[in-house]
Amino acid sequence: MIAMRIGLFIPCFIDLFYRDVGIATLELLERLGHAVDYPADQTCCGQPMGNAGFVAECRAVEALFVRNFDEYDAIVCPSASCVHHVRHKSALPDAIRARTFELVEFLHDVIGVDALPPAFFPHRVTLHNSCTALRSLDHEPAPELNVPFFSKPRALLARVGGLEIVETERADECCGFGGTFSVSEAAVSARMGQDKATRQAASGAEYVVSADMSCLMHQGGSAARHGIDMRYVHIAQILNTKAVDA
Amino acid sequence: MKRVRVDHAEGRSHPIAPDGADPAREPQPRGAVIRGRRPVDHAEAAERFLAAPDHLSFHDKRLWDLREKRDRESHGIPEWEQLRQLASDIKEYALTRLDDLLEEFERNATANGVVVHWARDAAEHNRIVTDILRTHGATELVKSKSMLTEECGLRDHLQEAGVSVIETDLGERIQQLDNEDPSHVVVPAVHKLRSDVAAVFARTIGTDPGRDDPAYLAESQRMSNRPLILDARVGMTGANFLVADSGAVVVCTNEGNADLCASVPAVHIVSAGIEKIVPRTGDLGVFIRLLSRSALGSPITQYTSHFRGPRAGGEMHVILVDNGRSERLGAEEFWTSLKCIRCGACMNTCPVYRRSGGLSYGATYAGPIGLIIDPSFNRRKYSLLPYASTLNGSCTAVCPVKINIHEQILSWRRVMAEHHEPSMTKQISMKGASALLSRPSAYRAAVDGANAVLPHMPRFALYNPANAWGKGREIPQAPGQSFHAWFKARRRKP
Repeated sequence: MIAMRIGLFIPCFIDLFYRDVGIATLELLERLGHAVDYPADQTCCGQPMGNAGFVAECRAVEALFVRNFDEYDAIVCPSASCVHHVRHKSALPDAIRARTFELVEFLHDVIGVDALPPAFFPHRVTLHNSCTALRSLDHEPAPELNVPFFSKPRALLARVGGLEIVETERADECCGFGGTFSVSEAAVSARMGQDKATRQAASGAEYVVSADMSCLMHQGGSAARHGIDMRYVHIAQILNTKAVDA
Repeated sequence: MKRVRVDHAEGRSHPIAPDGADPAREPQPRGAVIRGRRPVDHAEAAERFLAAPDHLSFHDKRLWDLREKRDRESHGIPEWEQLRQLASDIKEYALTRLDDLLEEFERNATANGVVVHWARDAAEHNRIVTDILRTHGATELVKSKSMLTEECGLRDHLQEAGVSVIETDLGERIQQLDNEDPSHVVVPAVHKLRSDVAAVFARTIGTDPGRDDPAYLAESQRMSNRPLILDARVGMTGANFLVADSGAVVVCTNEGNADLCASVPAVHIVSAGIEKIVPRTGDLGVFIRLLSRSALGSPITQYTSHFRGPRAGGEMHVILVDNGRSERLGAEEFWTSLKCIRCGACMNTCPVYRRSGGLSYGATYAGPIGLIIDPSFNRRKYSLLPYASTLNGSCTAVCPVKINIHEQILSWRRVMAEHHEPSMTKQISMKGASALLSRPSAYRAAVDGANAVLPHMPRFALYNPANAWGKGREIPQAPGQSFHAWFKARRRKP
């Protein structure tokens, strides 16, 4: 395999709140033998404004994105919703959009499942596919559709030693984060988060794993508020556990 | 006589017991407050719906049950996705040849003895109906459910003209008697508990206030409505499909009330939006297979009736209504919303709709399809509706005619922003976010500042009334160091 120069895109809220998710993503990509760089002047892809309909307000942010990431073979990001925005909703150049990958699809489609280092996570987990992972990035087919089943995150998690997946009722139902929706429709959003966390707890899982930290930020906040005992981890954190940890 | 329980869509629904206390004690939450053309505040109405746990729980479970049944039915048909594509393509064909097909329909219907009327808008539609009623000296109109007549405000118009309207669909009748709009395009009273219905019927048709079993309530409504249907001179139905090559009107119902309205009175009026046209009789095979499966998760409606002409000695009128549809057809990003066959699948699957109730949208059409249709009637009044969505896309995935609903919701947000409809606060905060996120040094100062301060903030300072996030959720624990700072420190190491 030819080593790639990867530009690591760490979205704003992961930069601020979830340093360890960024570290796990970086280490995992480095362990695969790639040169990973984190362009220091990066900020955001413009999704917060774009999702609210403020397209003109995205332009300067997108110009900065190009300056930061133009030189890399691949741009990898541990957030499905940000990659959805870059690829399908932004006015970024086609060349940038085509080279931007969400971590799960990068590992599954570009690197290949067999190349991944062994990982060990002896816990019961339940998988939360974000709405963009399901209905835009094809991590799994949306359950509403009558098409053959496949699952990229499950294919990755199947290689993790000791890990058991349990299912959450209404797994495909949106958890209610929705970006600015979480504050403009705060009551509905919070109730959706509470319902999601309640069903996750009923699944018997110890951890909720997802490729989207923004959903987990909302779900974790809901669980904590309602006294629901649940831990939330990004899929990079599980895939980057080392077998020797056991 | 032995009573047989009919195994139809509603009959197969699981009985849902409301969680918690006696539901009779919980008043029914009412819908959005309408203040003229001022923006309808969905979030405010939703908050009141959420504060009624019995109603919320029933509504959410009942509609999710419909979504699950829809999944089961659609997964049982191997060619389901091809059917959706076919339906979408037929609608695209019809909408791009609307003028020819409508004239073909008019020719064929006229040849069958039907009188075809054209109505540019709601006012013209209502005037045509009033004229027909006057001609026949009718002071009563029995009608089946029609979203178009809701859209046209027909009931209020006729009331002012001295005509009393009798809705014959059970759910629609409940809503009429309670002086409320339908909250769902297929199940109009789904936001009500049976105790609510018992209270409405006790007040209006004299049922026993202590009895709320559905069979008794439904039977009582039937007994009070039946004589009105038998006496009516004019009946009205909507239309699910207009067939161009035969001039037929197709109406799909589960209660059979539309057939009574169409067949018992001598005069039958059909109100139909111009987008209801399909080219050929054979096309119905595609749509009939999709409609009820998508709507209620049942293979077919109990009645699929084809009306081709007046009964002997009677009259049949079809009013083809535009009311903004031609204009929508010319809207590049929104014209495919005219493909909608009003199955309500997008509402059933919408997590926001299920938790806020249809009346919280304050518009004729609620739920995802409403978010993309309502603003075309009044941009200012419905300017907040496109924000009543998480853009999760489930609506698009269930849509039997493949309307990209969630993408159109986002497009409407863009239209609203371009026309400066969002609040000043929102406009300023978006400009502020843009300025911050396009300047790396300002952004770094903000992130690192937050990481330095947040871990040490006392609860009362973080969780204040201005913090909409904190009202229902905890703020994540900031680690005290951003990823950026970690990466910089790591790079400095030898």
